[in-house]
Amino acid sequence: MVTVDARYSLVELMICAAARQLEDNKTAVIGTGAPLAAAMLAQKTTAPNLVILFEAGAMAPILERLPISVSGSETQTRALVHGSMDEVMETCQRGLVDYTFLGGAQIDMYGNLNSTMIGGDYHRPKVRLPGSGGANDLASLCWKTMATMQHDVRRFVPKVDFITSPGYLTGPGAREAAGLPPGTGPYKVISTLGVMGFDPLSKRMQVESLHPGVTREDIAAATGFEMLFAARLEVTPEPTDEQLEILRTQVDPQGMILGKPERRKAG
Amino acid sequence: MIELEGDIQPVGELFQSPDVNAAREFFRQKSRAMVDKRMSVREAVERFIHDGDYIATGGFGSVRFSSAVLHEIVRTRKRNLGFSGHSTTHDFQILAAGHVIDRCDIAYVVGLEIRGLSPNGRRFMESGAVRTTEWSNAGLGWRYKAAAMGVPFLPARVMLGSDTLRYSAGRLIEDPFTGQKLLAVPALYPDVGIIHVHQADIYGNAQIDGTSIVDLDLAKASKRLIVTTERMVETEEFRRDPRKTSIPYWQVDAVCHVPFGSYPGNMPFEYFSDERHLAEWVEVEQDEARFAAFLDKFIYGADNFETYLALAAGEQRLAELRSLEILKRS
Repeated sequence: MVTVDARYSLVELMICAAARQLEDNKTAVIGTGAPLAAAMLAQKTTAPNLVILFEAGAMAPILERLPISVSGSETQTRALVHGSMDEVMETCQRGLVDYTFLGGAQIDMYGNLNSTMIGGDYHRPKVRLPGSGGANDLASLCWKTMATMQHDVRRFVPKVDFITSPGYLTGPGAREAAGLPPGTGPYKVISTLGVMGFDPLSKRMQVESLHPGVTREDIAAATGFEMLFAARLEVTPEPTDEQLEILRTQVDPQGMILGKPERRKAG
Repeated sequence: MIELEGDIQPVGELFQSPDVNAAREFFRQKSRAMVDKRMSVREAVERFIHDGDYIATGGFGSVRFSSAVLHEIVRTRKRNLGFSGHSTTHDFQILAAGHVIDRCDIAYVVGLEIRGLSPNGRRFMESGAVRTTEWSNAGLGWRYKAAAMGVPFLPARVMLGSDTLRYSAGRLIEDPFTGQKLLAVPALYPDVGIIHVHQADIYGNAQIDGTSIVDLDLAKASKRLIVTTERMVETEEFRRDPRKTSIPYWQVDAVCHVPFGSYPGNMPFEYFSDERHLAEWVEVEQDEARFAAFLDKFIYGADNFETYLALAAGEQRLAELRSLEILKRS
């Protein structure tokens, strides 16, 4: 279904698309995994003054090695502050943090994210997942929330089994009615098939760009709810040679996120 | 308490009382004596952790966590412990291995960040053996902070509108000044806090380098506090530069000298995590019989944490982990 240029893998395409969303001279709390690779890539290319914050307390590090944990030594290299979690979360609550980048097991059309459990009964989960961690806090408090997701009908669902982290909840006005800070909410979802934004009026997810080789039909078929499409549909820019070089040699030479070099082409 | 119509009413169980007056009475009785609190991990666990207690770990999962104390809890087969699952990963994995907890405040459990999910942790949590209440990291962190401040709750703007709120034991309140809807998170006073630090003196003055996560508040909120430390230093270290005092001695009940006490986790400025051993742990958890044998070898069959270090790593590997550490002291 998806044809990927032999030059790069799908994961690399997603990381580059994610990195593009992070503006220079902004603040972002970043979670572990692909978003972190994106933030590190952005810091080494288009956003050298991106202020990266980690929920465990490191603020404004210059990343030298891809962190395994959001609290590890790698998050603290050349940081301006070795602070605490409450400091970082309070910085978010005060309104100083522009972006956050999350993941999850399920997402719905309002960008509500589930990372707590799969099943119908909270007390007897079919699958117990980690829970919020800092995700709920970040989705509640940061100005713009982004997520990276594998795109299929098990993950893009009509109704998430558990709203761990709030998207637009039940639609326009629902966040504010719940008491969440006005003007916050989901901003982009970067999936294995495309980049989605949210319609400003209905607050519903809509495709803004299709990854190279992906069709509208592919996305519709891989989505469990009715996906909207922007009037002007773009194609997600392919990674440049420079981005790929930095990603592979400086960001993740060990292949923790990108996979081992020999398997990279599999996409 | 204002009941706000049409809003989510949390149904979660509150495991620890946020009664600030009871906590004050406890702290009133707590000794302020500047006495030598050094003891073995075995003695600390025996004296301060009892079946049924509610415990909380410092650090962040596999980073600066007190591995030795958690092993001892499992080795001595403690039962019916309550646990604060604040951003836990390998620490939860150890407690789940021993089936020592029966109730848990959850912000993050079972997950291992980039390392995936703990198969045994999942089995344990899906078995129904553990009563659970949901929180977020900030929500649970601010619960320690409320306790540290000596107030029964703190208002917060997280968890609102979500199922995390629904299955929490927070309460919706209205800001008396602006009418803004807020979440009240109740003070959390753990019976025992367990924190690993870089250096400490014999009385319990303790220094944490790098990020402190929520440990400064946890240290204040805990009724009893066990500190394990990489190094012992003279009190003069702290008197000369009080910025080094992350935790003052009067909050501390036990000081245990445990070099590599965060193994197989990362200890910033000291050593990196042993990813090989952590990967083996996850891998072996997939099979219950193999995992039982693994635990017999590394925990139940080991006399103490030093034996585990020798079995799982050995001197050469430990030296290697020191060289893999990326943060260097200036």
